[in-house]
Order: sequence, then structure tokens, then C-alpha cells
Amino acid sequence: MKRALRSGSASLALALTLTLLANPIASFAQDRNPATGEASQPIAPPDEPSGLRPVSDFDQIADETERSIAIFQETGKVLQHPRCVNCHPAGNSPLQNMGMNPHQPPVQRGEANFGVPGMMCNTCHGPENVKVVGQSADIKSIPGNPNWHLAPIEMAWEGKSLAEICTQIKDENRNGGLDLAALVDHMAHDDLVGWGWNPGEGREPVPGTQERFGELYAAWAATGAHCPAE
Amino acid sequence: MVSFTLNGEDRQFDGDPETPLLWVLRDAERLTGTKYGCGIAQCGACTVHVDGMTRRSCITPISTLEGSTVTTIEGVEGPEAEAVQAAWTAIDVPQCGYCQSGQIMSAVSLLQMNPKPSDEDIDGAMAGNICRCATYQRIRQAIHDAADKMEA
Ligand code: FES
Ligand code: FES
Repeated sequence: MKRALRSGSASLALALTLTLLANPIASFAQDRNPATGEASQPIAPPDEPSGLRPVSDFDQIADETERSIAIFQETGKVLQHPRCVNCHPAGNSPLQNMGMNPHQPPVQRGEANFGVPGMMCNTCHGPENVKVVGQSADIKSIPGNPNWHLAPIEMAWEGKSLAEICTQIKDENRNGGLDLAALVDHMAHDDLVGWGWNPGEGREPVPGTQERFGELYAAWAATGAHCPAE
Repeated sequence: MVSFTLNGEDRQFDGDPETPLLWVLRDAERLTGTKYGCGIAQCGACTVHVDGMTRRSCITPISTLEGSTVTTIEGVEGPEAEAVQAAWTAIDVPQCGYCQSGQIMSAVSLLQMNPKPSDEDIDGAMAGNICRCATYQRIRQAIHDAADKMEA
């Protein structure tokens, strides 16, 4: 009896261990095609190699308001990409990978959007993407940037429509106090925004280039910075 | 060549600049208290302090540490480290011990920033330190004990 009890608790311990080990590993999976296990590649439409249309593509829209809205909608391909939304979450933890799963380990936002004492963002995220070798087929790098942090809660994009995001990013009370010119500059030049196009090995970048993205924002501002209807 | 301070001493490393700090510590410096668990920032076994903050040494290229101050389990000191050491031994926190250097480095860092943490604060700070022996309850208790001791 005693022996049976002992082996029972041993197998419980083993099961616990396996659960502990299996769960984080299951959620490590990065951008993976479930069918093949291969890392997915950015898929651009055949007529647009970069995946983001240039400003000139919108010239034929005669109505300025309509043109402005169409340009903004084009930038939505970037804004609503998981690579951006993952760090603009609606809750108090970041998301990760193309499936927008909860971040592993389960870190918290903290007062300064930089984690909590003992577990700040820079515990793992250094000034640059770090390649990892010989670890797993799925994990090819750990992302990094000198300014790595979570977007404040008033800048949450997760679960919002493009129209809502548009109104929000123009609102100086919810965009860090940026006027339109500063907002355009931020989109065109901010280094952490730019990480989206340089997310490290094993991660799908956002479409286009930051330069083209910046040009779209400049054109959007110049055409009155109109937002799509709700 | 990368120059940094390790446990209060000036050190240099002239191997591959992409070498993770963990392997500089374990292989070059022979400081084997810092452990390898996963190599991908998921387990916390390799936690050290860099410039006073917790850092996973397994994913920290030595090239990013020029001029930095690194503290390992062998060198950590101060009132928080002493309180943690006393609390850890008083209730025998470790089981196999493998994860414990990392646990202790995170616990000390937490107490340095927050001398009286709640259960929630402890869970937040320790969320990235996995213990396959599941000593979590004792870890949490020992952090509370260390905080009480520091307060007394
Ligand atoms: S070995 Fe560094 S976090 Fe697991
Ligand atoms: S004491 Fe064994 S892994 Fe934590």
C-alpha cells in the first residue's frame, strides 16, 4: 500500500513536471505554418512586392477626403499586423507571435509599461535582436530594441477597428501628446516603430518599409488626416 | 575585447563577441553557480544582475556588456542578499537546487526595488523563474520572511 501510494505521488510529480515543461514549450511556437512546421514567410500580393502600396497609387482618387481615408486604410496593414498589436494590447500583458498568444513567460505591464520589479522588459529584451542557435526549430531569435516597452493602455489597439485606431492616434490625449506633424515623424522615424520591419530571425516583418509607411502618413496628414467611418 | 566588471573585479573577454554571458561566466570565468536551463529566456535558471537589474545571461551577447557591471550568485551581497540567504536556508527552500541561483537573483532584485512585496508582487517578479521541483510555495514564503527580517 505504502509503495503504491509512493509511486502514485511519483507519477503525479512526473505529470506536473511534464505539464510545466510542456506548456511553455507549446507556447514558444513562433510564426509557424502548422501544416509543415516551417517558419512562415511574408506573403505579398503578386502585384505589390513590398506588400505596402506607394502614395502614388492613390493619386487617381479625386476626392481628397476619400484619398486620405484610403491612404490611412493602407497603413492599417501595418498597424493591425500582430507584430504591432502584440505590444499594443488591451490587457496588462503583451502578446506574442502571429497567433497573438499570451507572452511567455507571463510578464506584466507594470506602472511604467516596462514590467514589474524583478521582471522588467530588459530582463530578456536587450538593445538588439539576439540570434539563438541550436535551440529549437521555432525559436530563432529573441527580439530587442534599446527602447523596448509596452504601449501605454490608452494606446491599446488590440480588438479595435481601424476607424477607432485612427481616431485614437490623432487624439493628443491618447497618443502621448503628439500633434499631427510629430505623429508623422514618429511613424516615419521612431526606432521602436521601425523594429516592425526588422523583427529578427524567425519573425514575419510588417509589410513594406518604414520609409514608405512614413510617406503614406505624410500624405494622409497632407490630405486632412481623415479617418474611415466607424 | 569586451571589458566589464564581474562581482566587483575588472574582467575582459576576447573570444567571439556573440558569446552569451552565461558561457563567459561558466566556461571562461569558471563561475558555475549560474545555470543553463533553456537557452531561450524561458526558464530563469541563468539569471544574473546587469547594472543592478535582472538579466537572462543565456540570451545576452557579451558584446552588449562593454562597461557593464555584472553580479552573479557568487558575488551578490548586501542586506537583501543576506536576508534572502538566511530565509532560504531557514526553511530549506531548494529541492534539487538547479533553478535556485536564478530564483535567488530574481528575489534579491525584487527586494532591492520593493522591500515589502505582496503575494502579487512576488508572483510578478518570479513569473519567469521555473522550478521543475515546484518549490514555488517555499520561495514565496522565504521572500516574505526575508522582507520581514529586513524590516525588523
Ligand atoms: S537558461 Fe536562460 S532563461 Fe533558461
Ligand atoms: S529546486 Fe529543483 S528545479 Fe527548482
